[in-house]
Amino acid sequence: MQNHRKSSFLKLQGNIIRNKIMGFLRPDGRKGLRNHVLVIPSSICALHVASCIASQVEGTVSLQNHYGCGQLLPDMEISLRTLAGLGTNPNVAAVLVVGLGCEGIQADMLANRIALSGKPVEKIVIQELGGTLKAQEKGLRIVRNFAQDAAMTERVPFELSDLVLGLECGGSDTTSGIAANPVIGYVSDILAEQGGSSILSETTEMIGAEHLLAKRAVSDDVAEKFLGFVLRVESDANRMGVDMRGTQPSPGNIEGGLTTIEEKSLGCIHKGGHSPLQEAVLFGEVPSKKGLIFMDTPGHDVESLIGMAAGGAQVMVFSTGRGTPTGCPITPVIKMTGNSKTFAAMEDNIDLSVAGIIEGIETVEQAGQRLMKELLDVCGGRLTKSEALGHHEFGIYRIASSL
Amino acid sequence: MKYDAIVVNESDSVATALRDLEAGKNARFANKGDREINLRDAVRFGHKFAIRDIQKGEQIKKYGETIGRAICDIPPGSCVHVHNVESLRGRGDNAKS
Repeated sequence: MQNHRKSSFLKLQGNIIRNKIMGFLRPDGRKGLRNHVLVIPSSICALHVASCIASQVEGTVSLQNHYGCGQLLPDMEISLRTLAGLGTNPNVAAVLVVGLGCEGIQADMLANRIALSGKPVEKIVIQELGGTLKAQEKGLRIVRNFAQDAAMTERVPFELSDLVLGLECGGSDTTSGIAANPVIGYVSDILAEQGGSSILSETTEMIGAEHLLAKRAVSDDVAEKFLGFVLRVESDANRMGVDMRGTQPSPGNIEGGLTTIEEKSLGCIHKGGHSPLQEAVLFGEVPSKKGLIFMDTPGHDVESLIGMAAGGAQVMVFSTGRGTPTGCPITPVIKMTGNSKTFAAMEDNIDLSVAGIIEGIETVEQAGQRLMKELLDVCGGRLTKSEALGHHEFGIYRIASSL
Repeated sequence: MKYDAIVVNESDSVATALRDLEAGKNARFANKGDREINLRDAVRFGHKFAIRDIQKGEQIKKYGETIGRAICDIPPGSCVHVHNVESLRGRGDNAKS
């Protein structure tokens, strides 16, 4: 199977060499597949100004950040780490941080963290400038200059070893575990072989088969860290009187054919293919290793995508059984399904169908080849449907309520 | 339509039905080549059937991993689900293992 996969992939790779993928070289050495100028409100109070600025400049996006103030320190640290990670993501050319002035996440705190990446970063503070209109004026000039300069970013050849792919599933159904997720796993394995990375996430989904992923960890430290994430999610739920393990699979899952929690969890883990687990990272943390990575994210799709984007993923692959239009502000999200009815109903939002596997007319390997081709096209610049339709869903994982 | 069921990994002991399958009919699937098994039970879309003899107490394989344990002998072509499988991880008393 390994040889078949390698030789089929090399045929694909031949096409890529003919139409070389070019990436945007960033000062920290990472390569982006998009070239966004990003406006980040360091707290919700600066959100409107940030949105207004971004909406008036070509090639610029803002983050709908509702956090950054009224947070317990450990919770705020996660928000800060995530916002900084999004700023340093290689798909981002330059960053303007907008702060109100009195918030928990100060604009200069965030701007300084992002500036460590070497890319152009500026900050404006509404209270210092004397209100939103003056802040908008100053911010617009900064962002206009960023947008003009961004096009001059050096382009360099982009290899699969430069890619960090975020893996996600949401709105899962019976087809997810037997079609869409194994296809993602196929691509994840190719990436690992080629020296690239894929990030498996959603700690909640690991419950039931976590021991199997832990077995594949390259060291006891990695296994322990990963298992620690799972233990925490379960004990947090137990403290609130919710038995996550005992209520899975749900009656709906059982009706659909899932027999045990192991089987359900394995269906999700399958997105990560079969390669060794190299590292377990916190929400929004940039991995230090290549290969298959696990990131501690919630099952909440939007938060999970944002966590992986903060971790440096340049593209996401998202399997959905029921259909979801979710995108990401700074990365393309390739939406795929193994359910032909879902694809027919939501073709406007879903990029790829692998329902042929369910229909018995295509193998996982064949569908995997098609997903690879789609992935390479998207790396080369093709917009996914969520990108083209402007889906910029945003959320950050919280570990405490607002103060 | 070539196949009626899918086997995810070479070493699996079950196949998953790709549509509602009738008892008594043959189900076609790929597992180290094209294979066919006569179904003892009706197997609904998304549900599983055994593709070889499974002994009582044996671990049931899907995705190349154990998804549970047979609580009785399961002949090939029989439906494999909550009535003849127990989870190794899901029971409250096993929660700590």
